[in-house]
Amino acid sequence: MPKKIHVETTINGKPMEFLCEPRQSLLEVLRDEARLTGSKEGCNNGNCGACNVILDGRLVNSCLVLGPEVQGKTVTTIEGIASAQGLHPLQQKFLEHAALQCGICTPGFIVAAKALLEKNPKPSEEQVRHWLAGNLCRCTGYDKIIRAVLDAASVGA
Amino acid sequence: MTTLANGFKVIGTRPIRHDGVDKVTGRAIYGADMQMAGLLHGRILRSPIPHGIIKSIDVSKALALPGVEAIVTSAELTDPGNRIAELGEGAVNLKDLSSNCLARGKVHYKGQAVAAVAAVSPNIAEEALKLIVVDYQTLPHVTDVRAAMRDDAPLLHDDQVTESLGQPTGKHSNIAKHIQFKKGDIDEGFKQAAVVVEREFHTATVHQGYIEPHNATALWNADGTVTIWCSTQGAFSVRAQVAELLAMPVSRIKVVPTEIGGGFGGKIRVYLEPVAAALSKKTGKPVKITMNRADVFEATGPTPGSYIKVKMGADKDGKLVAAQAYLAYEAGAFPGSPIGPGAMCIFACYDIPNVHIDGYDVVVNKPATSAYRAPGATNAAFASETIVDELCEKLKIDPLDFRIKNGAREGTRRADGPIFPLVGLVETLEVAKRHSHFLSERQGDKETRRQGDEKMGSSPCLLVSLSHPLLPRGRGVASGFWFNCGLKSSASASVNSDGTVSLVEGSTDIGGSRTGIAMQLAEALGIRADEVRPVVGDTDAVGYCDVTGGSRVTFATGWAAYEAAQDIKRQMITRAAFIWSVTSEEVAYENGSLRCLVDDTKRLTFKELAEKLHATGGTIVGRASVDPQGVGGAFATHIVDVEVDSDTGKVTILRYTAVQDVGKAIHPSYVEGQIQGGAVQGIGWALNEEYFYNDQGTMANASFLDYRMPTSLDLPMIEAVLVEVANPGHPYGVRGVGEVPIVPPPAAIANAIYNAIGIRMEELPMSPGRVMAKLLAKKRA
Amino acid sequence: MKEFDYAAPVNLTDAAVLLAQYGARALAGGTDIIVQIRENRRDAGLVVDLKNVAELNVLSFDAKKGLILGAAVPCYRVAEHPEIRKHYPGLVDAISIIGGVQIQSRASVGGNLCNASPAADSIPALIALVASAVIATASGKRETVPVENFCTGPGRSILGPGAVLVHLHLPPPAPNSGSAYLRFIPRNEMDIAVVGVGVALTLNDKRTACVSARIALGAVAPTPLFVPEAGAALAGSPLADADIERAAALAQAAAKPISDMRGSADYRKHLVGVLVKRALRIAIERAKGG
Repeated sequence: MPKKIHVETTINGKPMEFLCEPRQSLLEVLRDEARLTGSKEGCNNGNCGACNVILDGRLVNSCLVLGPEVQGKTVTTIEGIASAQGLHPLQQKFLEHAALQCGICTPGFIVAAKALLEKNPKPSEEQVRHWLAGNLCRCTGYDKIIRAVLDAASVGA
Repeated sequence: MTTLANGFKVIGTRPIRHDGVDKVTGRAIYGADMQMAGLLHGRILRSPIPHGIIKSIDVSKALALPGVEAIVTSAELTDPGNRIAELGEGAVNLKDLSSNCLARGKVHYKGQAVAAVAAVSPNIAEEALKLIVVDYQTLPHVTDVRAAMRDDAPLLHDDQVTESLGQPTGKHSNIAKHIQFKKGDIDEGFKQAAVVVEREFHTATVHQGYIEPHNATALWNADGTVTIWCSTQGAFSVRAQVAELLAMPVSRIKVVPTEIGGGFGGKIRVYLEPVAAALSKKTGKPVKITMNRADVFEATGPTPGSYIKVKMGADKDGKLVAAQAYLAYEAGAFPGSPIGPGAMCIFACYDIPNVHIDGYDVVVNKPATSAYRAPGATNAAFASETIVDELCEKLKIDPLDFRIKNGAREGTRRADGPIFPLVGLVETLEVAKRHSHFLSERQGDKETRRQGDEKMGSSPCLLVSLSHPLLPRGRGVASGFWFNCGLKSSASASVNSDGTVSLVEGSTDIGGSRTGIAMQLAEALGIRADEVRPVVGDTDAVGYCDVTGGSRVTFATGWAAYEAAQDIKRQMITRAAFIWSVTSEEVAYENGSLRCLVDDTKRLTFKELAEKLHATGGTIVGRASVDPQGVGGAFATHIVDVEVDSDTGKVTILRYTAVQDVGKAIHPSYVEGQIQGGAVQGIGWALNEEYFYNDQGTMANASFLDYRMPTSLDLPMIEAVLVEVANPGHPYGVRGVGEVPIVPPPAAIANAIYNAIGIRMEELPMSPGRVMAKLLAKKRA
Repeated sequence: MKEFDYAAPVNLTDAAVLLAQYGARALAGGTDIIVQIRENRRDAGLVVDLKNVAELNVLSFDAKKGLILGAAVPCYRVAEHPEIRKHYPGLVDAISIIGGVQIQSRASVGGNLCNASPAADSIPALIALVASAVIATASGKRETVPVENFCTGPGRSILGPGAVLVHLHLPPPAPNSGSAYLRFIPRNEMDIAVVGVGVALTLNDKRTACVSARIALGAVAPTPLFVPEAGAALAGSPLADADIERAAALAQAAAKPISDMRGSADYRKHLVGVLVKRALRIAIERAKGG
């Protein structure tokens, strides 16, 4: 059995530590060790965005980060988007605009959109589409997702 | 509650879906999220060759790997013999179904499951796969439908004999079935034609492309029952399939549907469930198996590639007089392509007196096809709607006017026999005709050009507008049809003491349907949508429900909810009568309240009566089981504007409008969503999606990198126009909406490309290389 | 995935020792190597995470010395750097379209080069901008190699066992120069280049003629292809349509594409011509200050 590495990191604002094999991706670690199953595996090769998390302030595919690489870093997952006070405006707008059907891509999109609005609080439709091109949705045709993100931006999300 | 302009109080509103918060916070449990004590992880060993005989399988080294707990092959699945069973959405050959889960004797496609390993971690299970030794005798393979139909083609199944028009022919062939529909006299029909157009079309294999791979977790309990958690479009169908494949009674199987991340028809047939159950039986522990993306592409059920030849004729006034089609669909490894629906839909939009359709179901060494949203209809419409466009061009008739003139209406007889009830094709055409998209300046109108240039100017390397002149633009339209299904659904609903109603139904929710069903119950009872708590039940918790597919859930399960509501109302009336000491006939239920007809002071709202239930005899439970017959088919008409980069062949969608007869939109946002999602799948099918096969019969692009589905940057907004021609066969006028949106897009885009550059595309996808090849050929000519 | 060990050295010497071990692989962004190990296309017994080595993370521009682009620097840092955007727009074009946002958060330009895909986006842009690769060999010596000589075949580079790419060096931009990278893909993002073209050119003071030009192609040969004759044909020319056509034709002639699922050889050759012309026009606009 391969030797495990002890990793100390911060997930959704909380210090966390876990043991992982080097070959376990951050996505596997989040889902299997930290029991945060909100990030999903859609392709495991960086082409669908369902595994998106924010790592030290940058939007990444967690399937392409190894568990040990987050030593000393901060990770934000979908589970960290809402607060104790309630849903994040992005989440609320996704619901209002019916921007999800099966919902499997939704965590990835919300995390990605959050990263966008942190960088560019008032994006144009084109900028939203460009930013979200790494997130695949098969159910919605993206229309309502784009509208939800633009609406969230308009209320200062 | 206020009554809306449409006469309803709940139907037509847009409440937040009941399962929404879980889904936007990542709490919703999908199949791969299942966790439990002692869980083992399964992985599947798959055939590396497209066709061969399995001579031996040696699992000894794999079993010896530390962490591996069990390995199964087809020996652990029952050999059902060549038996057909009715499993909820058509007949299934159980031998094929079993072999598709774990190959028995032969492999018929690269990626077919051959063995399965359960281990303590997914990585160890994967390592174990490499230690299983399978000895194959490789056989020649065939991956093209026309090649497979030839007499000299390698045969996939030695015992397969072509059935033609329902009768065995005695001929051994890869052609499993030949069907035919005839109406009138085709030769006479063409004699009356002033214009005849005939073309041949080829379409590539495409996949449903759901983002969630298949999964199944099975626990073989100590008492010999098995519980299965899986993402499926039909828990009861899974139960029936597993019962057959493991030779168990359905009563010993419980299927718990987890949330499902997309299906589109591809998650009805089982792949992993019986295998996980077999592994759990061997280990005594729960086993979870998930597919990876390559497995999903190579070893689930894409939709057929096809060859279609269509010939249509119209008289000088633009009336269709004759239509003929030859359709050959690739069924993949086992018979069962949607050749029937394809053949039935190909001319369904039109009233044509003389029709002749031949359809062929052909096996090839590719994964066995499954349903994909209006299965068979998109391929067919690509062909027929292109021909119609060409007829319009030659006759100089507007393409929408032509369709209105010839369009199917109530009373039109389809070539395969049925007569249409009230349907809305003509209404969609007339709405399309008046729509601003259709009326806008066709090419280069200022606003669309400005938006287009803005689109291109924002990215540093899409600076094409600096470097070349204006690109050709064009517009195309196409219509489409899909039958929709009724099938069977059950629901039960109990009244809570706070006036809410807990509703249990069995239709797994792929797109928000539990809310549409809850809304119909709420409307019937006169309460609010958020006063209903819908739950998708497992196979022990709710009565039988047919699959979530066929655009049937809002229609049929909604109807079950409606009937359950009627049951509740009857019982509420009886209870109020008891409380008021009157007869039931002296109580009226209106607007969510009960009123005593002989004493106007006696009134109770639904909530007030609910509060009294415990003290007056106990809670009220309503139930219903339905098999509704009044299904309404769905029609759509799409309009698309494209820009073609005539130097590269790349097609950009500038504007897209999808007009559809939706019967009655229960929750308009989710109806729009179905239309937008289906249209975009159609756009992907039209422009870039295809399975590339190499000489070794292997899919070369089994990844989202090279299986190119549209991203948000590839599309504009999709305008969905809901035309409501209420279905007289449903209490609320519901018509299925989910499938027909995928039917028109490839044809509409092909017609737009023709309008832009004068080239008829006859092959899907219309990828840049193909368009450029035709452009260069045209230039040279 | 097959098992491997993980090490995260903090200096180059340690990194070199680790990388000299049998089965060691360098890890920067991981967006190629992790996929390759997972799909059994590359083996790794030891993954050496280079992101903590300071020297590999340098990103500095000096108007006289040019650009030092550390091998582990991720694309997004390059794309967001105002001086790089101003002086090396062709490089920014290229790295802004490697994958999407998520990929650019992690993928490094150095990694894009070392992965040595014939279709890599950054490499034609680097070649056009006269980039050179500074390598630390296993014995610690430094070697400088022009980027056009770095890749030796599909997925293969001149890096020997234990060698590390330290940084890329791009010379300071001359006045009146411009660069551009264009790629053809079937969608609008997320695809591997069917054809990629990097160009850079310098105009005379009056901006009426070209002084020098470099053109490099991606995805049309076993390695990214520098086409010196195409750039040379532009030198001294007024960059009229005929000059641009000639350069495009020379580039087309040099291209040796294969036919695969991403495109036929004929189609790729055709696209070389189209993209060279388009890229040159953009570079000219930029050189003129547009």
